Amino acid sequence: MSSIGTGYDLSASQFSPDGRVFQVEYAQKAVENSGTAVALRGKDGVVFAVEKLVTSKLYEPGTNKRIFTIDKHVGMAVAGLIADARQLAETARSEAATYRSQYGNQIPLKYLNDRVSMYIHAYTLYSAVRPFGSSLILGTYDKNDGSEMYMIDPSGISYGYFGCAIGKAKQAAKTEIEKLKLADMTCSELIKEAARIIYLVHDELKDKYFELELSWVGKHTNGIHEKVPPHVQEEVEKSAKAALEEESDSDEDI
Amino acid sequence: MNFYNSVNFPINFNNHQDISESSDIIKHFHTPITTATSVLGIAFNNGVIISADILGSYGSLARFKNFSRILQANKNTLLGVGGDIADFQYLKELIQGKMIGEECLEDDIPLKPASLLCWLTRVMYNRRSKIDPLWNNILVAGIQDGKPYLGFIDKLGTAVEDKLIATGYGAYIAIPLLRDALEKKPDLNKQEAEELMKKCMEILYYRDARSFNKYELAILTTEGTEFKGPIEIKANWSISNDVCGYE
Repeated sequence: MSSIGTGYDLSASQFSPDGRVFQVEYAQKAVENSGTAVALRGKDGVVFAVEKLVTSKLYEPGTNKRIFTIDKHVGMAVAGLIADARQLAETARSEAATYRSQYGNQIPLKYLNDRVSMYIHAYTLYSAVRPFGSSLILGTYDKNDGSEMYMIDPSGISYGYFGCAIGKAKQAAKTEIEKLKLADMTCSELIKEAARIIYLVHDELKDKYFELELSWVGKHTNGIHEKVPPHVQEEVEKSAKAALEEESDSDEDI
Repeated sequence: MNFYNSVNFPINFNNHQDISESSDIIKHFHTPITTATSVLGIAFNNGVIISADILGSYGSLARFKNFSRILQANKNTLLGVGGDIADFQYLKELIQGKMIGEECLEDDIPLKPASLLCWLTRVMYNRRSKIDPLWNNILVAGIQDGKPYLGFIDKLGTAVEDKLIATGYGAYIAIPLLRDALEKKPDLNKQEAEELMKKCMEILYYRDARSFNKYELAILTTEGTEFKGPIEIKANWSISNDVCGYE
């Protein structure tokens, strides 16, 4: 990497001569090393799917989850350093709780996104701190405002999305997402697609084991973010594996 | 300066004149303003039932006549609160915040009623130790490890568990009735418990001057929660003319 040895990559508070902040770029690299996370926003909700890489058979299943509940109505999927993401989840939760106690309503996602983005951005400004090594996807559903989704990266920049992917296979996942008619799809359709995409982009050769984490928030959950029920998880995983087999069969035909 | 005495309030806020009239002592506690009266609870064979009327009293004025004070903390816990209504509303937000925090853990370990009761004793005891208690009686009812659970906390943080609990005026009027019924038949079923509760609420309405003719019932069993009400008491006051001293 061209940045190494130049002396401009040691601090988040110094620009390089061509106008970059290398510490922030390194943080973005940390995100790209992580297992993939995708989130899809349809007409009646948002679904999250995470490829949680398991580096050893000796770990207990279900540890180090990468989907968080921020408030009743807000879900968050993360990629990058999990420990950093957990701190951000804590920040987001206290932000949501403060809003609740002050205004007696649940926090609008637009507002939560602004606050968390600002917090992440503040960690790119000073030499005494390092940027967060994680990206976040925030999603919600509201009866009046419909579904909403935002993605924040380590620089503190955020955009609203219909479908987004972060982590090592984000490019492949995005190509798959672009094929979908997201605005017309329901959560039950989206969850299948999300699971299929995770199975599709998973690299069997480099990372052998992974757990598929799934959650959703939508009309059918009454605007409450929750992990998908076990029977749905089972069904969706089965259909994802089946879709993958079908694809590899048709590849062989050619 | 005594602010309260200079304003014509309908009730006597200042029960502690000897303290506050001395200028070098600062008053750090409050007394209840808008209040709610008794809460009753019975543990029966496969669940719990609690009830409270829906009145918020401003002194002796029936100020708020549709004020619910039974809430469901989670799947297996109900709360009924009496005493100061502003403090209740504070507690309600605090408890709801606590429940969101619990849900965020996503560990599939629901908070049990006895744990919530214990946590609430810490909240109440902390405030009483600052000499600024939350002026409430809290009734915690639920299912603990498959068994009915009923507990109570007062404003000082004292916690009690029992099969029947009544707070406020109900502690004087309803407890003897409840005890009597349970002595005759210790293992009530849901229907018997509900009837007993309704009888107690009616008697309390006749006897307690801060009570109201509309109340709510909440029943929690292993099958789920059932909210009933507001139930209206059809009172018969015709006998009152014969009572010595009434008008």
